[in-house]
Amino acid sequence: MIDKFNIGRRALIGSAAGAAAFGLAGGAMAQKPLVVGFIYVGPRDDYGYNQAHAEAAAVLKKMAGVKVVEEEKVPETVAVEKSMESMINLDGATLLFPTSFGYFDPHMLRMAAKYPKVQFRHCGGLWNQAKNPMNTGSYFGYIDEAQYLAGIVAGMTTKSGKLGFVAAKPIPQVLRNINAFTLGARSVNPKATTQVIFTGDWSLPVKEAEATNSMIAQGVDVVTCHVDSPKVVIETAERAGIYTSGYHTNQAKLAPKGYLTGAEWNWERIYVDFVETMKKGGVPGNFVRGGLKEGYVRTSPFGPAVSDAAKAKVDEVKTGILNGSFAIYKGPLKDNKGNTVIAGGTAYTQTEPVLEGMNYLVEGVIGATS
Amino acid sequence: MGTAFERIAVSALALLASAVIFGLLLILYAGVDPFEAYALMYQGAFGSWFSFQNTLTRAAPLILTALCTALPARLGLIIIGNEGALVLGGVAAAAAGVAVSGSGPLVAQLTMAAAAMIAGGAWIALAGGLRQYRGVNETISSLLLTYIAIALMNHFVEGPLRDPSSLNKPSTHPIGDANMLGTIGGSDVHWGLALGIAACVICYVVQRFTTFGFAMQVIGGNPKTARMMGLNVGRYVLIACFAGGAAAGLAGMVEVAAVHGKANASLAVGYGFTGILVSFLARHHPLAIIPVAILLGGIGASGGLLQRRLDLPDAAVVVLQGIIFVCILASETLYGRSWNWLWRFRAVEGR
Amino acid sequence: MDGSDIGFWGVPLAMLAGAIRVSTPFIFVSLGECLTERSGRINLGLEGTLMMGAMSAYGTALLSGSPWLGVLVAAGVGLMLGTLHAVLCQLPKVNDIATGIGLMLFGTGLAFFLGKPYIQPKAPNLGALDLGGWSSIPQVQQALQVNPLFIFGILLAFALAWALKNTRWGLIVRLAGESVDAALAIGASVARVRLLATAVGGAFAGIGGAFLSLYYPGSWNEGLSSGQGLMAVALVIFARWDPIRCLWASLLFGAAGAISPALQSVGVTQGYYLFSAAPYVLTLALMIATCSPARSVRGAPGELGAVK
Repeated sequence: MIDKFNIGRRALIGSAAGAAAFGLAGGAMAQKPLVVGFIYVGPRDDYGYNQAHAEAAAVLKKMAGVKVVEEEKVPETVAVEKSMESMINLDGATLLFPTSFGYFDPHMLRMAAKYPKVQFRHCGGLWNQAKNPMNTGSYFGYIDEAQYLAGIVAGMTTKSGKLGFVAAKPIPQVLRNINAFTLGARSVNPKATTQVIFTGDWSLPVKEAEATNSMIAQGVDVVTCHVDSPKVVIETAERAGIYTSGYHTNQAKLAPKGYLTGAEWNWERIYVDFVETMKKGGVPGNFVRGGLKEGYVRTSPFGPAVSDAAKAKVDEVKTGILNGSFAIYKGPLKDNKGNTVIAGGTAYTQTEPVLEGMNYLVEGVIGATS
Repeated sequence: MGTAFERIAVSALALLASAVIFGLLLILYAGVDPFEAYALMYQGAFGSWFSFQNTLTRAAPLILTALCTALPARLGLIIIGNEGALVLGGVAAAAAGVAVSGSGPLVAQLTMAAAAMIAGGAWIALAGGLRQYRGVNETISSLLLTYIAIALMNHFVEGPLRDPSSLNKPSTHPIGDANMLGTIGGSDVHWGLALGIAACVICYVVQRFTTFGFAMQVIGGNPKTARMMGLNVGRYVLIACFAGGAAAGLAGMVEVAAVHGKANASLAVGYGFTGILVSFLARHHPLAIIPVAILLGGIGASGGLLQRRLDLPDAAVVVLQGIIFVCILASETLYGRSWNWLWRFRAVEGR
Repeated sequence: MDGSDIGFWGVPLAMLAGAIRVSTPFIFVSLGECLTERSGRINLGLEGTLMMGAMSAYGTALLSGSPWLGVLVAAGVGLMLGTLHAVLCQLPKVNDIATGIGLMLFGTGLAFFLGKPYIQPKAPNLGALDLGGWSSIPQVQQALQVNPLFIFGILLAFALAWALKNTRWGLIVRLAGESVDAALAIGASVARVRLLATAVGGAFAGIGGAFLSLYYPGSWNEGLSSGQGLMAVALVIFARWDPIRCLWASLLFGAAGAISPALQSVGVTQGYYLFSAAPYVLTLALMIATCSPARSVRGAPGELGAVK
C-alpha cells in the first residue's frame, strides 16, 4: 500500500524498533498467530493518550507470531462492544485492549461475559475480583510519580511562582496528576501555586489554546496539561515563550526551547509482558499497576532550560521513589478548601485504592472540582 | 414524487454513482482495491448473522432520531436539534429511572420513557414555539439548543446527578440491571429497534390516514391557505415538534436503558446528527427512514473492518456517507424527467 | 501579588483578547455565507469547507514552507467546494439546505481522510503583528497580538457591505436574492450570480479554515473546528444578512467563548459547563429578543427558503 496516511505510523514503528528487538527472542513459531486487538477512543497519532498506546502496539507488531488489529475513534457506546465482537468473530482476536476508561463498564464487561475464552485487559479500570469475571483485568501506570518529578522541575524553573494546568474534566485520574504536580512544585518552592482550567472535554483545541492564553495573561510561566492531545497547549505556550511540561508522550519536538520535561507512558512494558504470557499459554495478570520502578511510566529527557540543581533534586527524589522510601501523598495534607484530607502520620503508598478515587485538589491549587 | 419503480431505479443509480466515486478515491488516494473494500463492507455489514445484528443495533437510534427532523419537516420546518433532544431525553430517563428504580421493571421503563419523551419533546417544541410565536428561525434555534442541551447534560452528569462512585467516567447512578431493556428474542439487538420501527409505522399511519395528517400536509404545502381554512397552524407546529423531539428523547432513553444503564457524556456521540441525514435521505418519509437507517448503520458497522483489514482511516466511512448523501440528493433531479436530463443543466428559475 | 496581576480586570481583557483570537474564522465563514445567502441560496456546508480549508492550508504550508501559500490554496479549495454546491443546487428539484448538509459531511470526512499524514508534522505559523507595544502591561500586549487575517476580515466586512450597497455587482446579487423575476427583468442570469456568490463564499470559508490550522490554535487535527463553521452560518441569520453585523456577531461570539477560561483563571470555578454554553445562550437570547412574529424576518432575502 502506498497510502500517504501511513507516514505517521511508519514513524512510530521506526522510533519503536529498537525497543522491539527483545520481543523477538521467542523465535518464530509456525503456529496460528496470537491476534491482539487494540481499540482507541481518538486518533492514534494524536501526540497524546492514544498515540502512547499505539506506539506500544507498534512494538507488538514486530513480535513473531503476533498479529495486531487496531481500530481508532471508537466511541464509548455500543459501538465499542461491536468492535470487540467483530475483532473476536471476524479476526479471531483472543486478547483485547480497549484502552479508554469509558469502555470498561458496561461495554467490556458485557463482552467478557459473552466471550469467556477471550482475555480482556482494560487500561485504567478498577478491576475487582469480587465483581468482575476472571477473563477481564485492568492495568494502569502511576503516572503521578512522573508528574511529581515534573512538578519539581516546574517549581524550580518558574520565575513568577505561577504554574498552569489545562485539564479536561475533574475526574480522579486528572486530579491525581494535578495534585502530584503541585506537591512536587511546592516541595521545592512552597510559594508556588497551580492554576487549573477545565475545558470540559478531552479534545477541544480552540478551548485548550484559550485556556493556555488566559493563564499566560495571569502571569503563569510553566504550563502542563491533561487532555487527550497536549499538542495545542504545548505549541501555544512555546509561541508565547513560556515553559512547558509534557504529558502522555514526549512533546519535546513541539517546544524545543521551553520544554522542561514531561510525564510519559511506557505501555510496551505491559503489553509485551502480557503477550509473552499468553504465548506461553498463561493468562495475563488481572490487576496490574506500576510506576517508575516497574518502568510503566517515565519522564521525558530534560530540556535545555532545566537547571543542574533541578536535575539533581529530581534524581534524589527519583531514587527515593525507586527504593520505596519516598511517598508522594503523606499527611498532614490539606485540600485547597482547608480540610485535612490525609491525617498527619499517614503516608499512602501508590497502590493504595483510596488514591484511585481522589476527589480533591490539594492546597496550592487554584481551581475547584465542580 | 415518482412511481415506486422510478424511486428504486433512481436510488440505485445514485448508490452506484456513490460507489464509483468512492472507489476512485480509494484507488487514487489510498491505493486500495475498491472491490476488496466493497466485499469487506458487505461482510462487515450484512455478511453474517453477527454482522447483520451489528448493523441493526447501530440503526436503532438513527430511526428514532431521524423522526425528530422528519415530523416537523411535514410542516416545512427544518429542525436539526436531534442530538440535543436525545441527550436531554437520556438524562431525564436516567434521573427518572433512578428515582423509581425499586418499583418494578415495567413501571420503571414506562416512567423513563415518559420522562425522556417529555424532555426531548419540550426541547424541540421550544424551537417550534419560538418559530411560530417569535419568528425565530427554527433551524438555528434548534442547533443552539443542541449545544445548550449538551452543556446541561455535562453539568448534570458531573454535578447534581453524579454518582460519586463513577470515578473516571462521571455518570448518573445506575438505573439497575432489573430495569434494563433486554434484547429482542434470541438476538443481540435491543428493543430500541422495535420501538423505532413502531414509531415510524405509527407516524406513517397518522400522516397517511388521519385528518390530522392531512391537515399537516396542507400546512406544509401552504401555511397561508391553511390559515384561511381555519387551521390552527401554531398548534400543529407545536405538536409535530413535540412528537419529533419525543422520538429523539426516546432514543436517549433507549441508550440509557438498553446500552449504558446510566446517563453520561457518551450519550452525545452523534446519533442525532446522523439522524438528520437519515431523515433527508428518506425524504422525511416515515417508512423510508427504516431502510435508510439500516443502510447507514451498515456503513458504520463495516467501518471497523475497513480500518483493520485495509488500513483505511476511520474517516473513510464519513466520506462515503457524504458521497452517498450528495449523490442521492442530486438524483432528485431525475424524477419525472425523460432521460435527456443529462444534457439540460438548466438553472431553476425561482423556487 | 506582583505588578502583572490585574485581577478581575483580566476577565474583560481576556474577552477582548479572545474576541481577537477566536473570532476570525467566524468572521470569514459568516461573511461568505452572508454573500451566498444574499444571492438567495443557503450553503450549510461551510463547516466542511472550513475543515477542508484548514487541512489543505496546513498541508500546503507544510510541503511548501509558505503559510501564505497555504491560505491561497485554502481559498481555492473553498472556491471549488462552493462551486460544487452551486452546481448541484442548480439542478432542478435539488434542495440547497440538504445539499449543504451533505457537503458538510463530505467536506469534514474528506478533510479527515486526506489530512491523516498532516496531524503529526509541524507546519510554519502565519504569525502575528504586535500592536500592543505601547503598553507596559503584558496582558494588553498579549491581547493585541493580531494576525493579519483578522484585519483582513474586518476590512472584508466593510468592503462587502459597501459593495453590496453601492456597486452594480452588489445590486445584482441582492436582486437575485430578493426577487428572481426582477433579476430576470434586467437580464441578469440568476444561476450565474448564485454560482459566483456561492463559490466566493466558499473561498472565504476556506480562508477561515486556514486561520484555524495556521494561526490559532495553529495545528491540524480532527477536533479543530468542533462546529464553528455551522455556528458561523447560524450567526448570519442572527446578523440579519448584514456584513457589518456579521462582524459584530463574530466578535461577540468569540468574546463569549473566552468567558469560561477567563473566569476560571481568576478563580471563578463553579459551573464551567454552563459558562461554556454562554455563547449559545447569548445568541439565542438575542435572537428571541430581536425577532418578531408579526413580519417576516427583517433583512431576509426574499428568495431564501429557510427563513420564510
